[in-house]
Amino acid sequence: MTDPTFGPFGLDPWWLVIVKVLGIFVMLVLLTLFTIWWERRVVARMQHRVGPNRVGPFGLLQSLMDGIKLALKEEIIPKGAHLAVYWIAPVISATTAFIAFAVIPFGPTVSIFGVETPLQLTDFPVSVLYVLAIASIGIYGIVLAGWASGSTYPLLGGLRSSAQMISYEIAMGLSFVAVFLYAGSMSTSAIVIAQEPIWYAVILLPSFLIYVTAMVGETNRAPFDLPEAEGELVGGFHTEYSSLKFALFFLAEYINMVTVSALATTLFLGGYIAPWPLSLWDGAMSGWWPMLWWLIKVQVFIFMFIWLRATLPRMRYDQFMKFGWKVLIPVSIVWILIVATARVLRDEVVLTNRELLIGGAVTIAILLIVSWVFQSRSDRRAAVRAERQQAEANLTFDPMAGGYPVPPMPGQQAVGTSRRARAGVTIVQDRSDVTQEAIDG
Amino acid sequence: MNVYAPILILGLLAFGFAAFSVVTASITGPKRYNRARVDAYECGVEPTPQPVGGGRFPVKYYLTAMLYIIFDIEIVFLYPWAVAFDRLELFGLIEMVLFIVTVLVVYAYVWRRRGLEWD
Repeated sequence: MTDPTFGPFGLDPWWLVIVKVLGIFVMLVLLTLFTIWWERRVVARMQHRVGPNRVGPFGLLQSLMDGIKLALKEEIIPKGAHLAVYWIAPVISATTAFIAFAVIPFGPTVSIFGVETPLQLTDFPVSVLYVLAIASIGIYGIVLAGWASGSTYPLLGGLRSSAQMISYEIAMGLSFVAVFLYAGSMSTSAIVIAQEPIWYAVILLPSFLIYVTAMVGETNRAPFDLPEAEGELVGGFHTEYSSLKFALFFLAEYINMVTVSALATTLFLGGYIAPWPLSLWDGAMSGWWPMLWWLIKVQVFIFMFIWLRATLPRMRYDQFMKFGWKVLIPVSIVWILIVATARVLRDEVVLTNRELLIGGAVTIAILLIVSWVFQSRSDRRAAVRAERQQAEANLTFDPMAGGYPVPPMPGQQAVGTSRRARAGVTIVQDRSDVTQEAIDG
Repeated sequence: MNVYAPILILGLLAFGFAAFSVVTASITGPKRYNRARVDAYECGVEPTPQPVGGGRFPVKYYLTAMLYIIFDIEIVFLYPWAVAFDRLELFGLIEMVLFIVTVLVVYAYVWRRRGLEWD
């Protein structure tokens, strides 16, 4: 059997593969340490604080020292834990976070020690699918960590994370379809090259916006950081983790942030291709320069993550799930159909771009009206249902139902406590009677 | 080297690093036994029983996982169609519209039966 190759990939000598693997590993660890420091500094600045500035120049070594401190901390394993799963969960999280990065291109062909090679560990015809697959496996780490802790908060946090990540993975997966449609390939390097004339973020703006929303949900970051909603769930799935096991979850979260940012750069912002003012310079695409453009684009996304965290309050869980399932998914499906139809019309019926734009605008307007009518109808139905439930609750409220007295909610009338009820008068639902009774004493 | 081997090497390195960290931490840290500390953290109250010890959790999450599988399979079918779109043209579009409408029937049913609500 011959070794499978794909374009320039699969031809590297073994020592070059090891150099690249080490390079990616070190880059990811350094990016994590840098991002944690950068996040703390930026959030501090946005909150009129200074942030970490003691350890090393500008506090740059802060996250490294935090890591060393964590290694010297006592490890507490809760007595209800399922030991084997409890130990393996952080390893799954960290490992999958690292290997998802294997197919991200961060530069064109360069020469490393005299060998011409692309700045990308590997690539194959379905590499974007591979990233999605690995991201799904990463969820195991979280859900198993929550389950194996044998504790309430981690369990709920783990379930929440996994439900959230799989829900937003659908929207994420759907946002890729339009990109594949235009690029005609699922390989990351081919998608970058296909964006040489124009970035997909420009021509496929709705896909890009859906992806950016979904990637924040996928990485459990604010305003979608419900798994670690401190007020509800303490620390979420890693409540019972301490020492370096906890650090591994943290590492995985930040690497995932870098990976989804890099994927956004690859699929929508032209990867390592120089942006406009720089592309006027002839040398912009030579040598190692493209890697710098790639890094800048990734940092823009990371800054956006931090900015969102400093700006937006956390969403409520039901709103969040509703947004994912009832807004992002239908919108992406409709968008895919519009893109596909427009492409067929352009190729088969030969419509001009202007006619296509007008047609698209009319279609979107009709869809908005239909969804608005549908939404207001379902809102009205929900209001009626809520009213009926309220009425039922009013009739059946029993202050001693749970075994101990509970005060009635506004609009409710406690059964069997009022004089009128004792006298055999039927329950009243009117607020004015309640106040009247309060006056009566 | 073939295109898949580098992933394996990166995976081995990452696994080695993670396993090393997990094992190191249990050696380098101090160990002071304390009965209250190894209890499950529940803000100081007596911990409720959990699945490892025989508890229960909301079935809602199970439903979400099943819905995810339906839609994930839809996406997996959309990918090869999108890649081969320029060769399939109108025929491919009509086929895919029929497929998406079929999935949307399921979606509308789930929505109508309030399977997408959290309360």
